[in-house]
Amino acid sequence: MDQLVATQVKPSAPSDIQEKPAKSDHVELPVGGMNCTHCPPTIEKALKSLPGVGSAHVNLADGMAHVDFDPTQTKVGDLLRAIRSVGYAAGTAKMRIPIKSMHCTTCVTRIELALQMTPGVVSARASLGTNAVDVEYQPEKTSFDAIRRAIESAGHRVAEPKPAKEPSGEPVEPEEAARQEEYRTLMRKFWFAAIVSVPVMAMSYPDLVPGLRDWMPAGSETRRIVWALLGLFSFPVLAWSGSQFFAGMWDALKHRAANMHTLIAIGVSAAFLYSIIAVAFPSLFPRMALAEVFWDVTDVVIALVTLGLALELKAKGRTSEAIKKLIGLQAKTARVVRDGKEIDLPVEEVIVGDTVVVRPGDKIPVDGEVMEGASALDESMITGESMPVEKQVGDEVIGSTLNKTGSFKFRATKVGKDTALASIIRMVKDAQGSKAPIQRVVDAVSGYFVPTVMILAILSFIAWYLFGPEPRIIYATIVLVTTLIIACPCALGLATPTSLTVGIGKGAENGILIRSGDALQSSEKLDAIILDKTGTITRGEPSLTDVVAATGQTEDTVLRLAAALERGSEHPLGEAIVKGAETRGIPSVATIGFAAIPGHGVSGSVEGRQVLLGNAKLMRDRGVAIDALVPAWERLATEGKTPMYVAADGQPLGLVAVADTVKPDSKAAIETLIRLGIEVVMLTGDNERTAKAIASQVGIARVLAEVLPDDKAHEVQKLQLEGKTVGMVGDGINDAPALAQADVGFAIGTGTDVAIEASDVTLIKGSLQGVVTAIEISRATMRNVRQNLFGAFGYNVLGIPVAMGVLYPILGLLLSPIIASAAMAFSSVTVVTNANRLRFFQPRRIAS
Amino acid sequence: MTPDRWIVLALGLALIGFIVWFFWLKRAKGVRAAETSGGYQEVMVLVKGGYTPDTIIVRHGKPVRINFRREETAGCSDKVVFADFEKTADLPTGQTVGVEFLPKEPGEHVFSCPMGMFRGRLVVE
Repeated sequence: MDQLVATQVKPSAPSDIQEKPAKSDHVELPVGGMNCTHCPPTIEKALKSLPGVGSAHVNLADGMAHVDFDPTQTKVGDLLRAIRSVGYAAGTAKMRIPIKSMHCTTCVTRIELALQMTPGVVSARASLGTNAVDVEYQPEKTSFDAIRRAIESAGHRVAEPKPAKEPSGEPVEPEEAARQEEYRTLMRKFWFAAIVSVPVMAMSYPDLVPGLRDWMPAGSETRRIVWALLGLFSFPVLAWSGSQFFAGMWDALKHRAANMHTLIAIGVSAAFLYSIIAVAFPSLFPRMALAEVFWDVTDVVIALVTLGLALELKAKGRTSEAIKKLIGLQAKTARVVRDGKEIDLPVEEVIVGDTVVVRPGDKIPVDGEVMEGASALDESMITGESMPVEKQVGDEVIGSTLNKTGSFKFRATKVGKDTALASIIRMVKDAQGSKAPIQRVVDAVSGYFVPTVMILAILSFIAWYLFGPEPRIIYATIVLVTTLIIACPCALGLATPTSLTVGIGKGAENGILIRSGDALQSSEKLDAIILDKTGTITRGEPSLTDVVAATGQTEDTVLRLAAALERGSEHPLGEAIVKGAETRGIPSVATIGFAAIPGHGVSGSVEGRQVLLGNAKLMRDRGVAIDALVPAWERLATEGKTPMYVAADGQPLGLVAVADTVKPDSKAAIETLIRLGIEVVMLTGDNERTAKAIASQVGIARVLAEVLPDDKAHEVQKLQLEGKTVGMVGDGINDAPALAQADVGFAIGTGTDVAIEASDVTLIKGSLQGVVTAIEISRATMRNVRQNLFGAFGYNVLGIPVAMGVLYPILGLLLSPIIASAAMAFSSVTVVTNANRLRFFQPRRIAS
Repeated sequence: MTPDRWIVLALGLALIGFIVWFFWLKRAKGVRAAETSGGYQEVMVLVKGGYTPDTIIVRHGKPVRINFRREETAGCSDKVVFADFEKTADLPTGQTVGVEFLPKEPGEHVFSCPMGMFRGRLVVE
């Protein structure tokens, strides 16, 4: 079997790790009641005395016991009991319970005392700041109901019967509620300002309205009184509808900063003050015509900008829809076996090591490993894979996925903030908050923007007053107010983060976790992608590809006998043959006297015939004439496959060939990458022939074969030295250094192992299709960011000079402050709306 | 030029001078982070219309924990970003959130909200 060994798939990560869980398992158990440095050694000693415990480490700082143990010899329950036997609380769950009407420090003490007296409660800490109590308790001794009764006995009420939480433990609803409330307040402020604006607008320009002109002629006492009344109406608009601008300005001024609120507040105040002077002291003006009022400007500007703020708030809420969807995936309850009984628990109370029962149609509550039963799971919400995935004993299940057909029991391995879903949510949130390099352009400007606008507004006031046409004071005031109001720092500030939030969320919906804005921006510029062969382009495990029958034989016979021989074998190639026979519907037959001949093959007696399976040397040694089959053998070998001869009673029957096969959608994905203008390079430790064979199947021209694992990063670097921005796609474990070296490292992750550190992008669904989608998302997002930045910069660069009146000498054009405020409100809403367009992004579906 | 023009010009220029000085030239004195028994350099920052204090002085080589407490609902400030340390944190209203990192070398770093409207300086000595 020399040939066999030579062309066999290099043992890669999966086979290495498979060894481990069989013998060792790792758990982290929270330990309560540790308060001294001698506690950890005591607990460690107790744990190590158990059979099968490899290592035990107790950390005083985070209050966790880290234990490696053999699950076949000892159970998590035993570990918990050992910790308890030396006097510490173990396997505790933590819960934050909101409390109604907790106002005083005595309430805090009373609640804490009541809870501490409840059996099973390890610790309780109430806080006036959060209006909640954090309870640490042992779920098998107490329940949420008992805790609630304890709180009620102290004279308080739990705010909600079941605290709605996101898996990472942070409440999300208050934030959403605050947003809703703010939206409603802004809308009320808008409607008030808008309603007041109507009569004020009409009465402010009496000369334009025929009836009014005669009733309140210019300079008349009637006009002055009407205008004064309008001022009284407008004051609440300024004081209430516009209050956020003044509050915002004041808060910023305290920090020597200026923002959009500063500009609006100064703008409307200037208009308001001018109007007060015009009504109260018209004699200060050299001519009556100058004593104009601008109440309409104050009211309409405040109405429009407030409406803009409200719409922006609403649209911004939509940008984080992806996160909300993810949080909504979390199951609320779990059916857990405790003391031999099945009980329904809130999902927060499930602890590591619990046995969880899942029935058809149930949501999987936490991450775990199937112990009993089998089923098909819909994992599309996490991986984006639409086909149900078969699960058997020993397989990993992911919390929040949906059970379709069967019932099964599984052991919880990750709960709370450690579950795959919680990690995904955390990663997506972090990424959404991170900065893309392109944002630095904005950062450089933002500190100078608002003060610069204020200076420009003053300069234009001076210019118009010094050189402008009469009435100079009115023109200068209008220009000052317009310039302050048209400038929109918000549009600039919103441009990048909103698009990033939507884009990264869109990735998560498609099973692609983009770690940062940096990764997103770099993905867009990739011009070469290196693909690791095994496990990335190919499945990473061999399967049956060809069956060749010698003259006078049938393929079925060849396969039936070969599969019968290999049924006893544990060799991966043998398993591939057995599986291949099963999928082709070949009946299984028994083997007698199976024997493995090291380096050559296997032999045994099937259906009364002496059958051989192996390489040419084995056949020649046993005197089998294989010359007729050699051409077929060579053809298969050239294709990168591993062919094996099959013979019975000294007669050659044919060949079976196995190979690591290409994933069904790899070819289409690689074709798309090439069409996107990206050079695709294959990297493998395999020999040149196998590598070339796979490369030609999927259409890759450049192959780097026989690369040692340690040299992969070096190969990435060499490609970077050619001046290319290089992406590397690999499994995240063997390829970690290469992923880190690449400009963008794509880790193909599977199951619950989503938080792969070395990668910039994690593809949860193990398909190359994800690389295409990731690049498409990055291109769409960055295009969106550029549109936003271009729009926002362009708007300000054009709008501010027009507001200052540069077009007046040429075209006689001067903007009204009302138009300016409409443009300003519109510009930031446009930016957020444009970012929201990304929500409609659909990944291209490639027919496989 | 008429006297009123001279007055407007002088007042306007004075105002511009004031804006330049107020927003750009005058720099706030920093607050030095206190060292706790746990070996952390800790400081509390109030998030309301900006960061108070907005200049924090720490020493290099020792872990830093900055506890943010946000007391407003304005959308911009719901996250804080330490771009140089690749750290971000959500700041829910009314909760204290700690951000921890280790400044290895002396230098000056900026922390801000994602939109850059709120900015603070971290001076590492």
